[in-house]
Amino acid sequence: MTRKQRRLVLIGTSVGVLAIAAALILSALRDSIVFFNSPTDIAEKHMAIGSRMRVGGLVKPGTVARSDNLLSRFVVTDGKTDIQVRYQGILPDLFREGQGVVVEGKLESSVLVADTVLAKHDERYMPREVVDALKKSGRWQEGEAQGTGGKPR
Amino acid sequence: MIPELGHYALVLALALGLVQSIVPVVGARSRDASLMRIANSTAVMQFVFVAVSFSALTSCYVSSDFSVATVYENSHSMMPLIYKFTSVWGNHEGSMLLWVLILAIFGALVAAFGRNLPVTLKAHVLAVQSWIASAFYLFILLTSNPFLRLAQAPFEGRDLNPILQDPGLAIHPPLLYLGYVGFSIAFSFAVAALIEGRIDAAWARWVRPWTLLAWMFLTLGIAMGSYWAYYTLGWGGFWFWDPVENASLMPWLAGTALLHSAVVMEKRNALKVWTILLAILTFSLSLIGTFLVRSGVLTSVHAFASDPTRGVFILAILVIFIGGSLTLFAWRAPMLKQGGLFAPISREGALVLNNLFLTTACLTVFVGTLYPLALEALTGQKISVGAPFFNLTFGPLFVALMFAIPFGPLLAWKRGDLLGVAQRLMSAAAIGIATTAVIFAVESGNMVLAPFGVGLTVYVMFGAMLELAERVGLFRLPLAIVWTRARGLPRSAWGTAIAHIGIALSMLGIICAATWGTEHIVAMKPAQTVSLSGYDLTFDGVTQRPGPNYTSVVAEFAVRKGGKLVGSMEPSKRSFSSRGMTTNEAALFVRGFDQLYLSLGDVNGDGSIAIRLYYKPMVLLIWIGAVVMMLGGALSLSDRRLRVGAPKPAVKSALQPAG
Repeated sequence: MTRKQRRLVLIGTSVGVLAIAAALILSALRDSIVFFNSPTDIAEKHMAIGSRMRVGGLVKPGTVARSDNLLSRFVVTDGKTDIQVRYQGILPDLFREGQGVVVEGKLESSVLVADTVLAKHDERYMPREVVDALKKSGRWQEGEAQGTGGKPR
Repeated sequence: MIPELGHYALVLALALGLVQSIVPVVGARSRDASLMRIANSTAVMQFVFVAVSFSALTSCYVSSDFSVATVYENSHSMMPLIYKFTSVWGNHEGSMLLWVLILAIFGALVAAFGRNLPVTLKAHVLAVQSWIASAFYLFILLTSNPFLRLAQAPFEGRDLNPILQDPGLAIHPPLLYLGYVGFSIAFSFAVAALIEGRIDAAWARWVRPWTLLAWMFLTLGIAMGSYWAYYTLGWGGFWFWDPVENASLMPWLAGTALLHSAVVMEKRNALKVWTILLAILTFSLSLIGTFLVRSGVLTSVHAFASDPTRGVFILAILVIFIGGSLTLFAWRAPMLKQGGLFAPISREGALVLNNLFLTTACLTVFVGTLYPLALEALTGQKISVGAPFFNLTFGPLFVALMFAIPFGPLLAWKRGDLLGVAQRLMSAAAIGIATTAVIFAVESGNMVLAPFGVGLTVYVMFGAMLELAERVGLFRLPLAIVWTRARGLPRSAWGTAIAHIGIALSMLGIICAATWGTEHIVAMKPAQTVSLSGYDLTFDGVTQRPGPNYTSVVAEFAVRKGGKLVGSMEPSKRSFSSRGMTTNEAALFVRGFDQLYLSLGDVNGDGSIAIRLYYKPMVLLIWIGAVVMMLGGALSLSDRRLRVGAPKPAVKSALQPAG
């Protein structure tokens, strides 16, 4: 084999592998990504039933209902619009009424059937998606998430 | 007094860093050996001053000096001593100080052990190392000063984030940083080689041990982080494709590719330009990782605080170093001499293929990690890219790589015999296929992917052992001769085989735990029993226990197998009053490589609980595999040929066959 042929083989293989990777990435991006919405987005955009999404907002106080078989229902709100959420499983430790939460699941009629509920890692920080959703609906005051940061309690 | 001392030491380190950034380069220009030698002492002194600074901060934490802002924010006087130590890096400022400490250690090591390096190369390497260090000293001093004082010292601190109060955290960040920052050495060597416009096999001989060392730490650091997430987050998962995890995986993939391409360069003097590029990319990915984690663009446990100036500063460092080095590469790389020739089917070819798969896999992770950020910046649309994306992209590429692994070590340099190697691999392939068939039959044809995956890992393991067996003449020669041959085999050959077995073990653990694991999420009342994959777990009730700075609610479980009591498990929740938050302490019950995993959910007033129960077969192999990989690396590092600072004659004689 000449130097040129060798180089061709090398470049050909690289291009081949990269093309496969590109195809994999593009098909995966089409099928497996999840869009993030605020409750208002869902109401306004008329999402298709059965579509997968992430929703962020605050757990509306007084709406959390738990039953024996670990089924829980609650309402997520961005202050403007509410959405019903149903979740089967154990809620995270930092899940509380009035606190920020991100849920992921499928939209079934007007209820989001969640398979994942994410709360904050730390009481000091709010999930960024929630902050943005609240900012969009105008219910956000700067400095809210940082709480009493810097001052002794 | 002590915080000011630490602050002052860091300023002095910066001053030394600036001297070391300029003087050796000037010395190399004017061929002035005394100017170049200055870098040796400044590198060591930088380390001393950063060490003083770090010790000062540590002493503030240990003595709970709440007049220092970071100590007040992240510590508590009631915290156990070990967490007072670990909380030094359990926050943004302190962890950056740890970052530069490790950078300074590596710089000092090059200065101390690089006696045989060509003088100008060493001067350039230390100068580049110091550019990085100076940038980060400035970053710390200007945006993240850990020694900032509060006007009035509060009586009590705000406590370390309880999730981080765990022994796993004590070792995970330092290990990870040793890996990240260790790659800076490869980067500095690459940039120095580009500045000099000269590169040879001796360069690779120098770069390889440093890369290997960094890679070992990174491997262990990632594994530790994964195990820590596994038992503290309480979801039973060990890898979430979280951007922060990906940020550590990307340098690992690129670093693994670099290790392999450096072998080609060292042995065959080929792939020079590519190796340089990989060295630059690997450290660039480490920097990107630091940016992603530290800038606050991501929400995660690791995003301690989001201060926009910090993000912009790190972004600037990122742009200058990555942009600068790549520009230098584009300018100087064409001047480097072409290296040795090889046929596509050869050891070199196999290693190129390895590099191709590793870098492409790294690319898919890169796209999956940064695409959401880019999309949000451009369109404002928010998406999340999770496990399904990576399973569909990273997965197939990694499977292809696994197929190729056993071929590499069996192929000859320069020109190999693919058919011959395939024949030699027949036995390993046969064992793999037999394993697949048996599992397929046992599962009565219900699954395809898992038996195939297990077969693949078995094939990789036997393939790696086959190579060793052939070289020592196992089953062919008398045992005594086999023994002497095995002892005579270079340690790097053992290292390669062991590291390959390690990656296969990890894969085996992942496949088994994902396929044959069981999961139950149930509500339980006291005295109730749940059976899980052959184990009977009886819930005995809930008790309260006080801890040093928390109170815990413990659910007591008795574990029985076939009616016999085999152990007890105590999943708990800890409430930290200082931060008003709780953490979940999963209970683990180990049998061989299998684990039972209990994670406590809500505890109700009537003594009933919600609980997650998992049975995870072979799960420990995931992390054991990583440790085995690391040991393979260590064995390879101890190879006389590679030893850092090995005497010259050894270097020369080993060089000859490559020439």
